[in-house]
Amino acid sequence: MPPPQFLELDDIHKRFAGVHALRGVDLSIREGEVHCLAGENGSGKSTLIKVIAGVHPPEEGRVRIGGSDLDPVTPLESIRRGVQVIYQDFSLFPNLSVAENLALNNEVEQGRRIVRWSRIRATAREALARIRRELPLHRPVGELPVADRQLVAIARALLHDARLVIMDEPTTALTQREVENLFTVIENLRAEGIAILFVSHKLREVLRISERLTILRNGSKVAEGPTTDFDERSITEAMTGRSVRDEKFHYTAGPGARPPVLEVEGLGRPPAYRGVSFRVDPGEIVGITGLLGSGRTELALGLFGLLPAREGSVRLDGQPLRIRSVEEALAAGIAYVPEDRLTEGLFLEQSIHRNIIASILPELAGRFGFLDFARARREVEEWIRDFGIATPNAEVPAQSLSGGNQQRVLLARWLARTPRVLVLNGPTVGVDVGSKEAIHQRLRALAAEGMAVLLLSDDLPEVVSNCNRVLLLREGRLAAEFDESVTEETLNAHFAETAGTAGV
Amino acid sequence: MSEPAPRKPLLRRILTADDNLNRLILVSVAIFAAMVALNPDSFLTLRNFVSMSYSFPELGLLALGLALCMITGGIDLSVVGIANLTSVLAALLMVSLLGPDSPPAAVVPVLALAIAVALVTGVLAGWCNGMIVSRFRIHPVLVTLGTWQVFSGIAIILTKGYAVPGFPDAFLALGNGRFLGLPVPLYLFLAAAAVVALVLNRTRFGLSLFLIGTNETAARFAGIPVRSVLVRTYMSSGFLAALAGIIMIARTNQAKADYGESYILQAVLVNLLAGVRWSGGYGRVTGVLLAVVTLQMLSSGFNMMRFNNFARDFTWGVFLILIMVANHLFTERKRRRESAAATPRPAPTPNQETPSS
Ligand SMILES: Nc1ncnc2c1ncn2[C@@H]1O[C@H](COP(=O)(O)OP(=O)(O)OP(=O)(O)O)[C@@H](O)[C@H]1O
Ligand SMILES: [Mg+2]
Repeated sequence: MPPPQFLELDDIHKRFAGVHALRGVDLSIREGEVHCLAGENGSGKSTLIKVIAGVHPPEEGRVRIGGSDLDPVTPLESIRRGVQVIYQDFSLFPNLSVAENLALNNEVEQGRRIVRWSRIRATAREALARIRRELPLHRPVGELPVADRQLVAIARALLHDARLVIMDEPTTALTQREVENLFTVIENLRAEGIAILFVSHKLREVLRISERLTILRNGSKVAEGPTTDFDERSITEAMTGRSVRDEKFHYTAGPGARPPVLEVEGLGRPPAYRGVSFRVDPGEIVGITGLLGSGRTELALGLFGLLPAREGSVRLDGQPLRIRSVEEALAAGIAYVPEDRLTEGLFLEQSIHRNIIASILPELAGRFGFLDFARARREVEEWIRDFGIATPNAEVPAQSLSGGNQQRVLLARWLARTPRVLVLNGPTVGVDVGSKEAIHQRLRALAAEGMAVLLLSDDLPEVVSNCNRVLLLREGRLAAEFDESVTEETLNAHFAETAGTAGV
Repeated sequence: MSEPAPRKPLLRRILTADDNLNRLILVSVAIFAAMVALNPDSFLTLRNFVSMSYSFPELGLLALGLALCMITGGIDLSVVGIANLTSVLAALLMVSLLGPDSPPAAVVPVLALAIAVALVTGVLAGWCNGMIVSRFRIHPVLVTLGTWQVFSGIAIILTKGYAVPGFPDAFLALGNGRFLGLPVPLYLFLAAAAVVALVLNRTRFGLSLFLIGTNETAARFAGIPVRSVLVRTYMSSGFLAALAGIIMIARTNQAKADYGESYILQAVLVNLLAGVRWSGGYGRVTGVLLAVVTLQMLSSGFNMMRFNNFARDFTWGVFLILIMVANHLFTERKRRRESAAATPRPAPTPNQETPSS
């Protein structure tokens, strides 16, 4: 006999100002089941999760958790019945330490008045032990890499006697290894009878880890069933309503020898990276990949002037260039799309309009710094249309957009500058397959116009299909270079080797 | 979009699209009504309104400077110190260079010099604040609390603690004069408010303030020169404080190193009432304007009821706390309502970029 249903949603409707985000969605999850929720950006996945969590009470429909209806659905009641949600933004306190983030909720819940640090540390250690990770307990969470922040969020959820752990895009920020790690955690939880609902845009992961699958499109459920009934093609088609293919990018050197756009010679900022040399010709998309801690983000920040390099030289269009600040990098035509859109990218409470024009203020400013709003509005409208950003208008705050649409806003901001060198760090993190393809097409078109594109990514399929050259960084040094015939298997093999030598 | 809008309730039609502003309008009307009721004979008189419009501009100017800093997520507590230091300098210049029977031809250049020195000193003081805040990453509350003491201290040393009285009539006109029946300080304040509104809503600098206040890291990644913008913000605040200082001494005909210490609490109060966000990223000049008038009505009303100064400071304190609690409750409720918005609401007006004051 199959285990009983833990969660049942029936005909859920949810509307926001002008947006019908959920249109009669059903969903059921059994105890100990790993269930995946898939769908394009803005299809309502996060909203559905918030309905379950009681954050957004539905206008219509029924929510049943643990065998009885919730009426009304409130966050407290949902938590009481064992639902724990890890949101896309993790909802951690960046200024508090890892230990405090893990333990403080418990302290408060248990009505403790006096904080004992030994007890807090013990609780925190226990929580991390359940996911088999060690993290520096005293470090402020805001200083941790995204991947570790997420682990803190997961560990914290487990402290609450969860019976259903919901993870909104848990793998988007993780490297391959950490995804494996997470999947082990998920398997363990399943063995304990804890159900998992997770959202992912990486179809391969969906197919690997989940038992059942629900697919949303435009707020409606369009498919549901055991995962074995699906493959990547059918999921994509259900999500988008059409067939999508991401074809391999081929670089053809233009007629005549064009000088390289970017030449990097012996660049270094020890200990993060050192002695890095490469060049990018116009029209090339060069991928840079490497495990966490390989120094690739630092390298990108070096090119963008945020963590200026201390050694080596950079030439742009043949001219020597010293990059000591972001202003200098921007003036030279180097743009950088940051990795962590929530802390480094977006102005969440500000309008989409302001978010997009943030990088082109100097161009929009006329005499005495007055901005040309007519032009700004035209630009913004154009980008919203071009990128298909799903929003009622440009004046809504960026935080009301779905994750993938937020990412597009960020891309639009940087492309609006028409840079010479575009450095992207995880440009399609959290972006659905359909729009991913659109973004890739865009990058190729930009490259074809002569822009040099540097693509930093963990997403190996993305790197392999879009880059005509791939650089592999290992412990701050260039370890290998591949041409466009590179395959995921080759890259994976190198990763395994790296992990081996590093003794992880 | 083109379907006829359903008839909105009366209140909705009066009110604007900005909830913050709406709340403020309601508070103002309530306080106005209360003051009229409590002082039936004296409040609704022309004399009272004229007297009010002489006194709120100085507070208004201080509050405007504070608002700029708060929008970036900072604060400038040293504004009163700057106002006192700069006005003491101007006063000393005027008193030492002019005698009771200086010819009018000598007066004008001295006045111009005194005012220029005051304004430049204000800007320099703001520059110090801005440099410390942006270079050393010390919290603006601590920085400006410190510089407040420094600026006041310099003013005390310069005056040895005595008042510096006796300015030429031409200067006093800046504080007491009238133009077309309205007080000169009111014009200065309104002009400053208009410029600040224009800068905030229409310029690259203004927009940068909001972006920095919303997310400073993202602002740096977006290539906004955060440090220089912050320095210029505190410089603007210093300039406005110096202008307030000039009006203060022109109104009272004397400069004192410790004048108007309670203004700082009131200036914070104005900004909170105006809905300028404590953590940065939001604030409107219209709000500051309305809030400063509201506070003035309260203050004049208290005066008529013969509140003594201690009772008044006590009331300011209580009021400050009430506003903070109310602001918090409203934000909470708004958050909850937004996530639970059951009925589609009309989209916000498309051009929020246009200046609203
Ligand atoms: N608080 C809100 N106010 C207004 N609209 C909202 C709000 N939250 C979500 N929406 C809208 O509801 C729709 C569904 O958004 P949701 O975040 O659920 O999408 P998603 O499937 O999680 O997308 P993604 O894959 O990009 O994260 C979107 O059109 C979004 O703009
Ligand atoms: Mg989402």
